[in-house]
Amino acid sequence: MTAFIIKRLLSAIPTLLILIIFSFLLMHSAPGGPFSSDRPLPPEVLANIEAKYHLDDPLPLQIWNYVVGVVTQFDFGPSFQYKDRTVNEIIGQGFPVTLTYGTISFVVAVVFGCALGMMAALKQNTWLDYLAVGISIGAQVLPNFVMAPILVLIFTLWLGWLPGGGWNGGAWPYLIMPVIALSTSFMASIARIMRSSLLEVMHSNFIRTARAKGLPSRDILFQHALKPAMLPVISYLGPTFVIMITGSVVIDLYFTTGGIGQAFVNSALNRDYSVMMGITILVGCLTIFFNLIVDILYAWIDPKIKL
Amino acid sequence: MSDTAIAEPGHEIEGSGQGRSLWQDARRRFLQNRAAVISLIVMILIALIAIFGPLFAAWNNEEVDWNVLGDIASMGGPSIENGHYFGVDELGRDLYARVVQGTQVSLMVGVIGSLIAVTFGTLYGATAGYVGGRTDNIMMRLVDILMSIPYMFVLILLLVVFGRSMWLLFVGIGLISWLEMSRIVRGQTLALKSKEYVEAALATGVKHRVIVTRHIIPNLMGIIVIYATLLVPQMILTESFISFLGLGVQEPNTSWGALISEGASTLQYGTYWQLVFPLAFFIVTLFCFFFIGDGLRDALDPKDR
Amino acid sequence: MSLLEVENLSVTFTTPDGQVRAVQDVSFSLGEQKTLAIVGESGSGKSQTAFSIMGLLAPNGQTSGSIKFDGTEILGLPETELNAYRAAQIAMIFQDPMTSLNPYLRVSKQMAEVLMRHKGMSKTDAINDSIKMLDAVKIPDPARRVHMYPHEFSGGMRQRVMIAMALLCHPRLVIADEPTTALDVTVQAQIMDLLSDLQSDFGMSIVLITHDLGVVKGSCEETLVLYGGRVMETGPTDQMFAEPAHPYTRGLLKAVPRLGSTGAELATIPGNPPNMLRPPKGCAFSPRCGFANEQCNSAKPALEFFDAKRSRACHLTREQIA
Repeated sequence: MTAFIIKRLLSAIPTLLILIIFSFLLMHSAPGGPFSSDRPLPPEVLANIEAKYHLDDPLPLQIWNYVVGVVTQFDFGPSFQYKDRTVNEIIGQGFPVTLTYGTISFVVAVVFGCALGMMAALKQNTWLDYLAVGISIGAQVLPNFVMAPILVLIFTLWLGWLPGGGWNGGAWPYLIMPVIALSTSFMASIARIMRSSLLEVMHSNFIRTARAKGLPSRDILFQHALKPAMLPVISYLGPTFVIMITGSVVIDLYFTTGGIGQAFVNSALNRDYSVMMGITILVGCLTIFFNLIVDILYAWIDPKIKL
Repeated sequence: MSDTAIAEPGHEIEGSGQGRSLWQDARRRFLQNRAAVISLIVMILIALIAIFGPLFAAWNNEEVDWNVLGDIASMGGPSIENGHYFGVDELGRDLYARVVQGTQVSLMVGVIGSLIAVTFGTLYGATAGYVGGRTDNIMMRLVDILMSIPYMFVLILLLVVFGRSMWLLFVGIGLISWLEMSRIVRGQTLALKSKEYVEAALATGVKHRVIVTRHIIPNLMGIIVIYATLLVPQMILTESFISFLGLGVQEPNTSWGALISEGASTLQYGTYWQLVFPLAFFIVTLFCFFFIGDGLRDALDPKDR
Repeated sequence: MSLLEVENLSVTFTTPDGQVRAVQDVSFSLGEQKTLAIVGESGSGKSQTAFSIMGLLAPNGQTSGSIKFDGTEILGLPETELNAYRAAQIAMIFQDPMTSLNPYLRVSKQMAEVLMRHKGMSKTDAINDSIKMLDAVKIPDPARRVHMYPHEFSGGMRQRVMIAMALLCHPRLVIADEPTTALDVTVQAQIMDLLSDLQSDFGMSIVLITHDLGVVKGSCEETLVLYGGRVMETGPTDQMFAEPAHPYTRGLLKAVPRLGSTGAELATIPGNPPNMLRPPKGCAFSPRCGFANEQCNSAKPALEFFDAKRSRACHLTREQIA
């Protein structure tokens, strides 16, 4: 177990290095460089700035310094746009917000998605099944950037029940629409996966054995079928959490919730490369972390997998 | 062709399906799936609108209708009389012409993006699977490594650094999805490689090139077609996502995502049509692709037989 | 009175391609501590017959006829009432021990839940009983192995686990659906020996479903031959083997490999089992039967007794096929 985790963390190193080096080179090759603005700076000022940001060092040294900074102190360096703020400060401000509504959305999507999928599978070919399938198909074509305006149209403009944006420290009226917008399409995907995987399990031989043993259907579902049926759902969840954070870009933009997505779009529009890189690498780390958790969960459920 | 090779209709040998090829069988199954057939028809209609739509437009997509510009909320709505079938956008441009233009761009992104993903993913996955051994190991390790990269962020980074260009968007979106494709194709190739007929061909000294073209590729076609169809809506979604953020296609070009974004941001002024029309095209198209993809999977996937 | 009495059992499946009549008018009975073999090729309806006794048919299957267990009608009982019979009175051994045991649960859990459910035992007692039963089916070191997962057992051992699981509640009837098909030949013999030993120890009746006539001889008193969902021939095993009364039984017996019959080629029955979506109009076996005539192709023969204990469904006389 421990050996497995260490092995996985070690194998994450090349991934992160590729990501860091790639984004660094990308940033470096940007036409005009990060300080080319509409108002040309005097050469000596530019030289000063470049010295401050170590942009005059040879490229391999710059990469080395950046990697060392990231690895040893989790330091992504200063922001190119806001002279007095570091990337870490910007991330530190937005990340808790994103994490809050991201986690809630994740839980909502998993709970409702699994419930919907189970209901559909157990009542296969009844109106409940068709309803659940209908909801999940419908929700699939409603990604967050479509859900967000529709929700605002209904709950803010027509009904006037919910505020159209803002964060307000995460008070619940400000959470509802971001959470629904973010979780809907994931709930749909989870429901679809759950339905088909549970159906497949329920048709397997060992469920027939369980029925032949005279077990009540509740025991068959929860003790025999659910574990294997969860496996495909779990392997879908690893990337999902990260896609949730990606989706937060839209949520932050549309609801001005002030999460990390807002920082990313702002930095993208302002060509604030260091912030973009910082966020990209952070999301890369999260991806690796959640894939690891998924693998551990998977091995915990499936006795055939030895860690 | 000798007479015996033609299976007489109605005289099948114990229903073993002889005399009917896999693809004929698949077509029959697909045509029996009502949702898929309707979706296909609607999809063809939408494609026709994208191609021939400009012929029916009363206005050019860049033309500003100064008559309605002052009061779009009350005068810019959909109307047959002034030729703005879908109304106008907040700059007084004809929304019908804009939606047609957006449909062209979005469909193009979807199709080209998934072609890139499928081509690249298939070549990569089939190579890894067919060659096998160390090569396979290294190639799939690389895929594992690349899988952990947050592509949406990298793509936006690319678009910011190199400036927003249409081809970068197409290629970038296409390259996001090839990893999944390569894994699927590799798995399928490995399964095919261990089939008796491939082993028999190898044992009798058939050349690799012939095995790949005769046995591997034709048997991969089904899964490639299914995933290509299911990838198109993913591509459209990704492009719309990026365009919604204002980082995708640039004016005067547009796409569904960009139009939805405009519509969403002007919602509070009461110009609901700006959201409704592009959104309807977007949703209907996604629905169609999902249903067509499902229909193809049911028709072609040998697992469900 | 017989323990199990099946009368005019028919099973029909509704599929997108049409109605499949998997079992038609099958009748048989089985006394206490007796063994009946149901023999047939794959697709002959033998497994579906077994599943209808246990109420395990797929949801698209409908049944008609009657199945009485100890005098009580159990065909068409609701799931909750059937559960009182399952495992407690009638147990089933499935053909593929690889997939018929839940790979995600320990053997202890899968066995103990049967006793906890039907005997109201505590978990500890149930596991202790399970260990004893594993010992009875000759699994070495049962106290340790009971806590293992199915994949940690070999194929033969897994089938022993399956048998032990079926016998936990000392059922009066055990249905063994091809219990040895997935196993090596040497292991097959061990499992069959084990089954007959257990039968004399526990005193249960057995319905043995198999396509392998070699397994039937010596272990089953009665044999019922199914083809295309219909009974072709029934009777005491010894008599049937000595003097088969149906062309299909004859074909099956010729296809059994025997030691010592060197040189002679193993006979096969030409052709394939019938497509149950479009069954032949006449006798199901007629397309493959060497003796078939006009009548065989156009009308179904009735199952008729020609001896006190033996019956056959064939238009031809016994002399004609001899």
